[in-house]
Amino acid sequence: MPKPNGAGPNGSVSNGGQVTFLEAIKQAMFEEMERDPAVILMGEDVGVYGGAFKTSEGLLERFGWERVIDTPISESAIIGAACGMSYCGLRPICEMQFIDFIVCAFNQITNFVAKGHYLWNAPAPMVIRGPSGGGVHGGPFHSANPEMYFVHTPGLKVIYPSTPYDAKGLLKAAVRDNNPVLFFEHKFLYRRIKGEVPTEDYTVPIGKAVVRREGKHLTIISYAAMMHTSLEAAEALAEEGIEAEVIDLRTLLPLDEETILNSVKKTNKCLVVHEDTRTGGIAGEIAAILFEKAFDDLDGPLVRVTSLDTPVPYAPTLEEHFLPNAKKVFSAAKELARY
Amino acid sequence: MKKELTRRQYMDLYYYMRLNRAVEDMMVKLFRQNKIVGGLYSSLGQEAISVGTAYALEKKDWLAPMIRNIGALLVKGVRPRDIFMQHMAKYDSPTKGKDGTSHFGDLDDLHIVSPISMLGDLIPVMTGVAMAGRYLGQKTVAMTWIGDGGSSTGVFHEGLNFAATQKAPFVLILENNLWAYSTPVRKQVPLENLADRAKAYGIDSYIVDGNDIVAVYSTAKEAVERARAGEGPILIEAKSFRRMGHAQHDPAEYVPKEMRAYWEARDPVALYERFLLGEKLLDAKNKEEIEDKIDTLLAAEREFAEHSPMPPPEFAETGVYCTGDDCHKIRAKWERPIAEVTPPRASVKGVWTVPGFGSGKGSGGANAPIHFGDTQPAEHAAGDDAKSANGGKPAAKMATKATSKKNVKPGTPSASKKARR
Repeated sequence: MPKPNGAGPNGSVSNGGQVTFLEAIKQAMFEEMERDPAVILMGEDVGVYGGAFKTSEGLLERFGWERVIDTPISESAIIGAACGMSYCGLRPICEMQFIDFIVCAFNQITNFVAKGHYLWNAPAPMVIRGPSGGGVHGGPFHSANPEMYFVHTPGLKVIYPSTPYDAKGLLKAAVRDNNPVLFFEHKFLYRRIKGEVPTEDYTVPIGKAVVRREGKHLTIISYAAMMHTSLEAAEALAEEGIEAEVIDLRTLLPLDEETILNSVKKTNKCLVVHEDTRTGGIAGEIAAILFEKAFDDLDGPLVRVTSLDTPVPYAPTLEEHFLPNAKKVFSAAKELARY
Repeated sequence: MKKELTRRQYMDLYYYMRLNRAVEDMMVKLFRQNKIVGGLYSSLGQEAISVGTAYALEKKDWLAPMIRNIGALLVKGVRPRDIFMQHMAKYDSPTKGKDGTSHFGDLDDLHIVSPISMLGDLIPVMTGVAMAGRYLGQKTVAMTWIGDGGSSTGVFHEGLNFAATQKAPFVLILENNLWAYSTPVRKQVPLENLADRAKAYGIDSYIVDGNDIVAVYSTAKEAVERARAGEGPILIEAKSFRRMGHAQHDPAEYVPKEMRAYWEARDPVALYERFLLGEKLLDAKNKEEIEDKIDTLLAAEREFAEHSPMPPPEFAETGVYCTGDDCHKIRAKWERPIAEVTPPRASVKGVWTVPGFGSGKGSGGANAPIHFGDTQPAEHAAGDDAKSANGGKPAAKMATKATSKKNVKPGTPSASKKARR
């Protein structure tokens, strides 16, 4: 496989190394487009400007106008056209400038893209990705976590990674998957975390959670930015003698029930932390799974630490109150451990 | 009707129009015998549009039907039995009972994309199909239909606008049958001609009598070839009338009797038959031969459909996801050298060029000429305010201002058209 670092004027992307979350995503797109000319990128300002967050910077210079397409502000057209392209054997990646705007294409995604394989045997290998999540004072329309709208839609796969390694490996897996995959990128992580990614080609399997920290007193299940919050809380808990096991879901649909059940059967207690609002969040689904399949193993109630059931407010004081944080996770976990 | 086609083409159009009508007549019978599971939508009186437009496509081209485009499916090569079985929810139907009506497709052979019930969604999807065909070097054209009602959806605008900016080889047939369920077209759209919608996208359009199949075919043929030649998307408004209700359950009592009588007197099949008889392209004998051929075919197709089983209940659980290569081997069919779209040949300078202004990103407008194209001098267009407000980097803002100023001037060539080039 050719090295993606064009090492010249055309393409400034290097592969591997110690990289930011954002750089990992850029590398994944770069390498997949290098590997397969059927992969194209479409979205608002993804070309000349390189994307609102510069996630696609350098891709136009490397791959040209036919493969890096600046679109009008038309989310339904972006998703629809990508779907049509995928029917012809292409593997389009669509960027939503902020993931909040994905709901502008809700019908196109849930009715057209998601149902095609079931109804008329038409696979739609495409990726819809974009920056999501709060904590950066983006206000009610630039901070959303809309993943659960889509987790409720059979036919889609939904990924929400927390580390540069996973972001790169899962995005590459998403591009190669024959199904429509939604890929949420927590923008709080874009430039705040770094991690090692290998120089050689690799993928991370879709639908597999991972145990980030071993523990025996309770299981904390989380994903995306809240995974880091949960780890931070787990360290504080350890100082009090409480060993929390932390699971990073990574993929929300399909959900890795096995990893969840194995952990809870060991620790007998479960806390779910998500930045999504409370009602209808993934915690409810996990609770149902535990009640169905691990009822006798539970030694305490399922506890949720989530955002409030409100829109994401703008003022830092309000947003900080709205969001979960390590302190809230710590208190809830401590109480649950004592139960 | 003008005489301009080959005898073979005239007879094909006649055969498919008769077949279209006969298939739907048979489905009305099946519906009354309670053999059709869901609703039944009729294209009675609109057959010339479906048949004439689809007949303008080549085999490799793509189409996506709407609910009343049974004729287009037949022309593209769908067997009547598949249409019967779709409506009867049979296991041998293209969707194996998972969906009904014209909601099915064929990606591999016939190049048909399945519609969904949400109107207009096919427009961006077929734009994508058209763009993919161009990207892969296949020289294909994509076609879909939309009703007068569906032309008011947001996705109609997003899709057609995107197709226009991309100059996609895409033909959109706007089937104006005067009624969106019970709402007359005048209550939906404040336009005399729906083809005028094309002006908003800077694309060409045609208006055609949707009950004159020769005119429909000739117009569609010209549009398809222009799209194939790279002229961008084209909109055709075909004017006709929905003779039945929205579906079988709807007696359509809201339609004025005079309107119905007017259009019934202009039945597209009868009009075409009269033309063919007059031109001596058809006589009583070969008319009877065609009718017999269709009767025999449909009897056998119906027989097959009726004997097909219902899908087994547990089949409902299957097929939500593609499981990989064992399920679908997805391969792009390249008909151009891949080297053209892979580095280093694909590499470009990542800049926009704005006519009359420097050389795009990074130029800072330093090389910008003082005139905006062939229009008024920039200082008149943008004014000193704009310049100073932008602190020496005026290019982008000035361009916007100059353009918007120019747009309000009547009689000058369109600035937006210029920008598109």
